[in-house]
Amino acid sequence: MAAPLKVACVEIGRVPIALSTCDDRFLDLLRQRYDGFLSSSPPEFELEFDLADTGPVSDDDVRVRREGDEWLLERGDFCARWNPRTGQGRVRQNANPYSLDSVLRILHSLILAERGGFLLHAASAICDGRAYLFSGVSGAGKTTMTRLAPADITLLTDEISYLRPSADGYAAYGTPFAGELARAGENCAAPVSALFFLEQGPENRVDELTSAEAVRRLMRNILFFAEDHGLMEKLLATACDFVARVPIRRLTFYPDSRVWELVRNFDRDFERNLDRNSPGVPEHA
Amino acid sequence: MPENCIYIARSSAIAARALAGEMMVMNSADSTFFTLNEVATAIFQAADGHTPLREIVREKICAQFDVDPEQAQADAEQFVAELSGHGVLIVSNQPLATEAP
Repeated sequence: MAAPLKVACVEIGRVPIALSTCDDRFLDLLRQRYDGFLSSSPPEFELEFDLADTGPVSDDDVRVRREGDEWLLERGDFCARWNPRTGQGRVRQNANPYSLDSVLRILHSLILAERGGFLLHAASAICDGRAYLFSGVSGAGKTTMTRLAPADITLLTDEISYLRPSADGYAAYGTPFAGELARAGENCAAPVSALFFLEQGPENRVDELTSAEAVRRLMRNILFFAEDHGLMEKLLATACDFVARVPIRRLTFYPDSRVWELVRNFDRDFERNLDRNSPGVPEHA
Repeated sequence: MPENCIYIARSSAIAARALAGEMMVMNSADSTFFTLNEVATAIFQAADGHTPLREIVREKICAQFDVDPEQAQADAEQFVAELSGHGVLIVSNQPLATEAP
């Protein structure tokens, strides 16, 4: 007789997902890993985990594709099926927490794409009630920015930002997905004030980006794995909407705490310079 | 391929969106991303599979932009070759059925 399923509900970005398993140790692992994001809300979706000897955590490309009514998520270390209509899915993986993180991230990326949001490879933090996002390639300074943050800054994540549309723009939510900082974000949210694409340099400065360059950089850093044309169209529409509604800048920074003064004053300077925005330079294909 | 019988159609694998006067084009097959200027956007939008490229250039480019017709045709052919190489446009010497996304 099979052991009874035990459930923990993990709520990230106001999306509660019930994770169930027969394995007590795995349940403990996910409760510890997502401590701070455990929820008593009624779950919108359910994932049942079958633990098995799958491969080690893999650098292989993940594949996410439709198969009938279901999404099929595959990588060397996991295989999952999820039906968005019923909200239920099954995951076959070993007890590795990194596989668990990956499955959850992919699932959220699919849910968000349908709802006009997205996961972004970016650190994010709340400063004076507003969220600021810091994106860039590995080594650009996402973790550095979070390490330099003053004490009154609330860290949402140093690795994967969670963004959803809101009445007056977009809101950023905390996630448990940690990067080099190895620290989960706070489970809270704030309206997005700006997105900065990071580059390290000899001085601190903020430069405008054309809309085209902003969309290009944004699309490059959105976590999206699905081989699905319809969802890709939605995602591009979302990216264009985000660029139209949220200030996006290049932030060149010298890695010391003074850069946060620039960030903290961004809203004030943005309002002052609102009329000085220059039109973008068209690019050819 | 003779220049007077080039037909172009947009691939079903691409997603496109206009923003601030420019067209953002993404190929969902390989996630490559392109930004088209005003002239390129006019050609891209007119790529219905059954209008010859020469007619597109005449009606959509020469009629609306201050360009030399021969230069416009040469630029259009280069642009079409570039985007077809990336799978964004499909090129044929016969009319094409428009691919529904």
